[in-house]
Amino acid sequence: MTEAAVGFYRRMKDLPSTHLLGTGTAMCAGCGGLEALHEIYDIIGDKSIFVNAAGCMTLLSVYPFTPFRGSWLYTAMASAPAGAQGVRDALDILKAKKQITDDEDMQVVVLTGDGSAYGMGLSATSGAMERDLDFLYICYDNEGYGNTGQQYSGATPHAAKTSTSKGARGFAGFKKDLFSIWAAHQPAYVATVIGAEPLDLAKKIEKARSLKGPRMIIALSPCPTGWDYDPKETVNIGKLAVKTGVWPLKEYINGKVVHTKIPRQRQPLEDYLKCQGRYKHLFEPQRNEVMLNQLQQKIDQYWDNING
Amino acid sequence: MTRMLLTGNAAAAWAARLAVADYIPAFPITPQTEIIESLANWIDNGEMDARLVTLESEHSMITAAGAAAATGIRVYSATSSQGLLYAMEMLYTVAGWRAPFVLTNVSRGLSSPITLESDHNDIVAARDCGFLQIHCSSCQEVLDNTLMAFRLAEDARIRLPVIVNLDGFYLSFTREPVELPDADKCRQFVGQYDAQNMLFRASRPTSQAVAVLGGSPYSYFRYETHLAAQNGLSVYEDVATDFEQHFGRHYDVLEAYKTEDAEIVFVIMGSYSSKAKDAVNSLRDAGQKAGLLRPRLLRPFPAKHFQQALKDVKAVAVIDQNISTGMGGVLHTELSAALYGQTQAPQLIASYMGGLGGRDISSEEFFEMAKEVSNAVKKNQPLAPRLLYTETELRELRKLQAVAHVERQQLHNSRQQTKKGGAIK
Repeated sequence: MTEAAVGFYRRMKDLPSTHLLGTGTAMCAGCGGLEALHEIYDIIGDKSIFVNAAGCMTLLSVYPFTPFRGSWLYTAMASAPAGAQGVRDALDILKAKKQITDDEDMQVVVLTGDGSAYGMGLSATSGAMERDLDFLYICYDNEGYGNTGQQYSGATPHAAKTSTSKGARGFAGFKKDLFSIWAAHQPAYVATVIGAEPLDLAKKIEKARSLKGPRMIIALSPCPTGWDYDPKETVNIGKLAVKTGVWPLKEYINGKVVHTKIPRQRQPLEDYLKCQGRYKHLFEPQRNEVMLNQLQQKIDQYWDNING
Repeated sequence: MTRMLLTGNAAAAWAARLAVADYIPAFPITPQTEIIESLANWIDNGEMDARLVTLESEHSMITAAGAAAATGIRVYSATSSQGLLYAMEMLYTVAGWRAPFVLTNVSRGLSSPITLESDHNDIVAARDCGFLQIHCSSCQEVLDNTLMAFRLAEDARIRLPVIVNLDGFYLSFTREPVELPDADKCRQFVGQYDAQNMLFRASRPTSQAVAVLGGSPYSYFRYETHLAAQNGLSVYEDVATDFEQHFGRHYDVLEAYKTEDAEIVFVIMGSYSSKAKDAVNSLRDAGQKAGLLRPRLLRPFPAKHFQQALKDVKAVAVIDQNISTGMGGVLHTELSAALYGQTQAPQLIASYMGGLGGRDISSEEFFEMAKEVSNAVKKNQPLAPRLLYTETELRELRKLQAVAHVERQQLHNSRQQTKKGGAIK
């Protein structure tokens, strides 16, 4: 990876001022996933085919309309990476047999939610990485099966209230470390991003775009309906996720994990939790001090390991 | 044209090679493995210009197959049994995409209990998914019909994936003399792949398989697929005529064997029809006018062909190598539906289920069926569905169970004694 290739997005004003992805889609107001997708699509461009798995974003393309200027193929919940394999291989075969020219080629992009990425689609994703498939994978992670009413998924954080964890303790499990699972496959690139940090996101997508092989992106996607907050707070909550250290912005490349934005003065986790209804039970009717401490400790431990 | 000994699997692989398939997404499963091994070897040795990729499951394999076909290349794949069922979600999905490609299914009984041997419950489970289905009874037919399947799938009147079915072991691993058609002639017959309006290109943005809102657009697309599938009968006949002109062999939608003057007609799918033909010959030697009908196409269902062929036939014995649990034989149900209310329909449509998990259907059983059906017709009585199983078979199975039971009891007794006798050394 040369610096020149990623050098385009240095300041906020380098980011595109108009969006490529059309408006008026069926996504909820304040959708953090759509926010990230807008930013990502601006950089990937329309010479792309989005191979989609069942999730919220399946409703972006509803017959006979689509917000995408490029192509789209919906598959099923479990096998979007296999769909990408078929498209990529077909394009390569057509190029090799000189039936299409290079400029008819496209970036093959998998677009799935966390339900697919962390669970049902993990086997197909692992297979695609193992085969060194040349594709970009974007997971919009809203930490639950959002499209069906926010039941907990493998991406749901500990203690969060979901439609299937409504008790006083919230979700009993812990968020799966998909970044590490992906990185263990040693693909070309893995990165975490968030729409609220568009410059960091742009740099990473630009870098991913310039690489070959599996390029894996997880975008934490604040979700007003699933996380229970006012849609206008999406950007603030996204920024808090980074500032409190809940969502570490990092990348894996050439066998190394590098944190791209280390919050030196981490805000207390409480600031992030308090503004979301899914954590209300930690504060009302009385503060759950034990749980709040546990959650803060987990964040602290993570960063202690990073910062040494 | 070369004549050689080929297994059904090798015949299928040869057809994919002769049809110049561009892409083979694969996943190994017994008894289909030889197909993908053959293709992989040819590709590795430079004898075939194609790409083979092994996916991590049949679900992914069918997704990749559909996606590649939707991008505009000729695709072939193969599976069997549990694999076909594992891919079931995607069978419906890619048929809905109208992605034309050819899939070989090597029929094998479904779990549980697990078996490797053949029956048709796997393929009949896929009858409603939108793939057309061709059922073969010889290795030559596998090769020829796989070539024809590409034409069928890619035809502008159809544009649907096609399954070519052959029975595990009975065809997959049985060597038969097969005429290997000339490669150039095959290329000419199958033709260059024409993506028509189905391709993904940078200059031609396309959205495929998008969501619909409400029942109206959903129904529209489902009906379109159904109507296209129904074209399969006449298109198959067109393709068969062209095939005969190229290669001299003819295939009917519905194979009829000695049915012209038949009083009783067996109806059966797949390779067991060879056993049935043998029985028909013996029955005729014994003075009974028997015949056989074998649907080569199960989807679309050749209802009119059956109606025509069974006019004035007194009795039909449908032998299903499958069970729709709690209902009975699938082919029997479908044939009964096709014949119901037809004037000159057979007086009796008897249902037999047999040949499950590779179980043989003996000549004696064919004779017994013929006798039972003739008697019922004479007495003008209905005949309840029958499960083919002999007394000897039942006795042998009970014997096995008894032996296992005794062994288990002895083991239990010796454990009890060890416990009583104190600590185990």
